[in-house]
Amino acid sequence: MNIIVIAGLVPDLVEELEIDSSGTTLDTTWLRMIINEFDDHAIEQAVLLKERSGAHVTVLAVDQEGIDEVLYTAAAKGADRLIKLTGDFETGVNSHALARVFAAAVKELSPDLIMTGVQAHTNIDGTVGSLVAALLDMPYIGYVAGASPGDGKAVVKKEYPGGLIGELETSLPAVLGVQASEEPPRYVAVSKVRQAMKSASIEEQAAAELDAGGGLAVSRMFRPEAAGRATMIEGSEDEIASRLVELFKEVGAL
Amino acid sequence: MSQDIHVVIEHLQGNVSEISYTMLAAAREMSKASGGQVVALLLGKGAQAMADDLAADKVLYIDHASLEEFNSDAYLIALSALIGEQQPRAVLMGSTTIGSDIAGGLSVRLNLPLVSQCQNVTVDGGSMKIVSKICGGKIMAETDLPEETTLVIMIPGGYAPEDGKGKGAPVEAVTVPDLDGVRIKLASYIEPEAADVDLEKEPFIIAVGRGIQNEDNIELAQDLAELLGGVVAASRPVVDQGWLSTSHLVGKSGKSVKAKLYLALGISGAPEHVEGMTGSETIIAVNSDPNAPIFDVATYGVNTDLFDLIDPLIEQVKAAKG
Repeated sequence: MNIIVIAGLVPDLVEELEIDSSGTTLDTTWLRMIINEFDDHAIEQAVLLKERSGAHVTVLAVDQEGIDEVLYTAAAKGADRLIKLTGDFETGVNSHALARVFAAAVKELSPDLIMTGVQAHTNIDGTVGSLVAALLDMPYIGYVAGASPGDGKAVVKKEYPGGLIGELETSLPAVLGVQASEEPPRYVAVSKVRQAMKSASIEEQAAAELDAGGGLAVSRMFRPEAAGRATMIEGSEDEIASRLVELFKEVGAL
Repeated sequence: MSQDIHVVIEHLQGNVSEISYTMLAAAREMSKASGGQVVALLLGKGAQAMADDLAADKVLYIDHASLEEFNSDAYLIALSALIGEQQPRAVLMGSTTIGSDIAGGLSVRLNLPLVSQCQNVTVDGGSMKIVSKICGGKIMAETDLPEETTLVIMIPGGYAPEDGKGKGAPVEAVTVPDLDGVRIKLASYIEPEAADVDLEKEPFIIAVGRGIQNEDNIELAQDLAELLGGVVAASRPVVDQGWLSTSHLVGKSGKSVKAKLYLALGISGAPEHVEGMTGSETIIAVNSDPNAPIFDVATYGVNTDLFDLIDPLIEQVKAAKG
């Protein structure tokens, strides 16, 4: 079983996001980038499958500042092969462009199963996984919460609203957009990542030419204008607590 | 290209999903600007009755056993053929477990532009702008609707679903394309287990998000919930970490709640969570980030570290109970 995981970075939403002077994109100067959490789940699911029934796991990413650590961390968790696609990916690359680059690289690796995060919060022209599947003419299932690949097919658990799960059967190769791995992504100690930096190596491959066709240019970026903003409760913690107690009484909770 | 606005009607286990009505409401506004009709695309098996309350001008219906329940492969084949032939101005799909699975495939197969996370469409004369909510609700991005068939993935929140409900419309059967090559099959649905908690019926909900930081801290929320006769709920990151079971999840692929009191502790307010809790009466949000989008939907907001607040709060609630 040859599994490829496509992973990438997104801005950390805990940090303040700034819009750059053009007013059409995020200012990347101070942006802190972290692994897209859904991609982290995709890596975990791949490693779980490897542990359960044996698989060769390749993690594929495009070159961005901070991606080496993501790749080495994946190796520390159990990934076998790390590939970094080089090119200019620092700004303004949309899902369509990324998908074309990944699809070209994946084709060369003849995978049985491709997994990636179901979405990234920066997606504005669809999700990379669904586009990669279409470019490679493979079936796509998103919102995946579990997978058991077998001979030429896989049984996949897909989440629906309200806690409903659909159990689907797909032919392989297929692309899965992972929402949640069967176990929470494992923690690896920094020392293990350091070890992986010594023992594993990142293969660099030149990415196919960037083609953003299919996505639209953003003409303006701005902060949401709230229709009705919350009434803010201010004061010391004790004062706030007593105001909240009043509110709890008003709604009948006390 | 026609000036019609198409809406892919989503349904699950025989019920039309609310996002379908939201999209019909959006399509109505867009059709006024384009001068076209609102056309609902319904795919199913013996599902004509689902068209009965759609506020559309026309329903194009494809009937096939492979379309009884959602199947991304079958939907892609059927919709590619239909949209390729009809060439509407825009096709609206939900940012859901259904729409998001097929939009990318349609974009590639039909070579059409795709915009996702659209909350609303602003109309300025004959031109339209798509307003998308990205980065967990912290950033809005505007794009011009081009003069070619455009695929739009919509999130809830911009239009009232009631405005998309109507008396139905004439149903036109569309020839079924060849679906023999479908590579995905629905084996079964697994219903959620009878849970320890039924969030949809709970009047008082204490919800925790990423800000709760670790599993041990959930006890604090549980203590407060117990004192208030309520229950603990969670946003996605908490459930994904395994700190609470999925029966506690509020939002997309979780529960939609209508609580009297929804106390959101350390929840940023990403659209995926917000869609499941905005039906609550009084929403109180506690978050250390003054720009957290949750403050845009909450009734009351407290911008502080929840760990500074929770102890005095529990003490005062205890005191109030006597």
